[in-house]
Amino acid sequence: MTHKEWPLYEVFIRSKAGLSHRHAGSIHATDDQMALDAARDTYTRRCEGVSLWVVRSSEIVASDPAETAAFFEPAEDKIYRHPTFYEIPDGVENL
Amino acid sequence: MTKDEALLAYVLRLGDNALILGQRMIAVVTTYPELEEELANANLALDYIGQARLFYTYAGKLEGKDRGEDALAFLRDGGEFRNLLLLEQPNGHFGDMMARQVLFESFYLLQLEALEQCNDSHLAEIAARATKEIRYHLRHGALWLTRLGDGTDTSHARVQQSITDCWQYTGEMFVADNVDQAFAEFFAGPDLEAIRQQWQVNVAAILDKATLTMPSDEWMASGGKRGRHSEHLGYLIAEMQFLQRAYPGANW
Repeated sequence: MTHKEWPLYEVFIRSKAGLSHRHAGSIHATDDQMALDAARDTYTRRCEGVSLWVVRSSEIVASDPAETAAFFEPAEDKIYRHPTFYEIPDGVENL
Repeated sequence: MTKDEALLAYVLRLGDNALILGQRMIAVVTTYPELEEELANANLALDYIGQARLFYTYAGKLEGKDRGEDALAFLRDGGEFRNLLLLEQPNGHFGDMMARQVLFESFYLLQLEALEQCNDSHLAEIAARATKEIRYHLRHGALWLTRLGDGTDTSHARVQQSITDCWQYTGEMFVADNVDQAFAEFFAGPDLEAIRQQWQVNVAAILDKATLTMPSDEWMASGGKRGRHSEHLGYLIAEMQFLQRAYPGANW
């Protein structure tokens, strides 16, 4: 008997209200509902989250590693995009 | 039957149901072909063991004979267990397990929801906690019944047979014996006839979605609530209790 792999899903967890979902890992499932259940059973066993997203890995459009230079390096010499030239007013603790 | 006796007997039954089903599910831990479902089964099984611990600890307190959860779980003989026959049946294949799960949990969830309203506050608290777990279990099981029932011709035929095989053990859930009656009377416990009617509706909806046919009620097995079990319970108990029997008081 040949074993056919179930489709791969990526799992994103919101750890508490107000924070954004973060990638936690991936699971295999045959449909969306099963993916949600499997993500719950695999990644939230120790109170890791209050919300889950799952998405078929094949649906994710990813940047091409071969194009890393063209994609990301032009930003490296544009230090003026960083907000490092501002004086932080006294009394501001968190910025 | 006094009020105290009714409460103790009722809580013990709840513990027995949870422990025996949990033990059945634990027996297949590490054997699943898919990691995700392996984890799901282990999680769900541990929910049952957790519930059994709460029920047994409470029963031990009610009994007042210094028997803790371990004594009740591991040092009673098969005939003293009052679990439903359905729960002690061998696991069979995955479809058999899902059929058993859905048929029992459709009942158990209604039982727990009713217990949340009962007059014993500690039992109501345990029920409130367990309700959340079982609601998820039922969702998980019902989705699997749909996948199998509405899947291929083979999966449909096999899981239909699973439902049919389990059916004869479902009648026992709704037959109110003296413990059920006394508990209902003293503690405003579940009305099993009302639960039976709701169960029929809920199970019909799940089976319908799964394109499965509800078997007709014919002869129903019973005896679990009286401690008259099928041969299968003895083997389960022997394996489950071996360690405590061989090494009394073993602890780690």
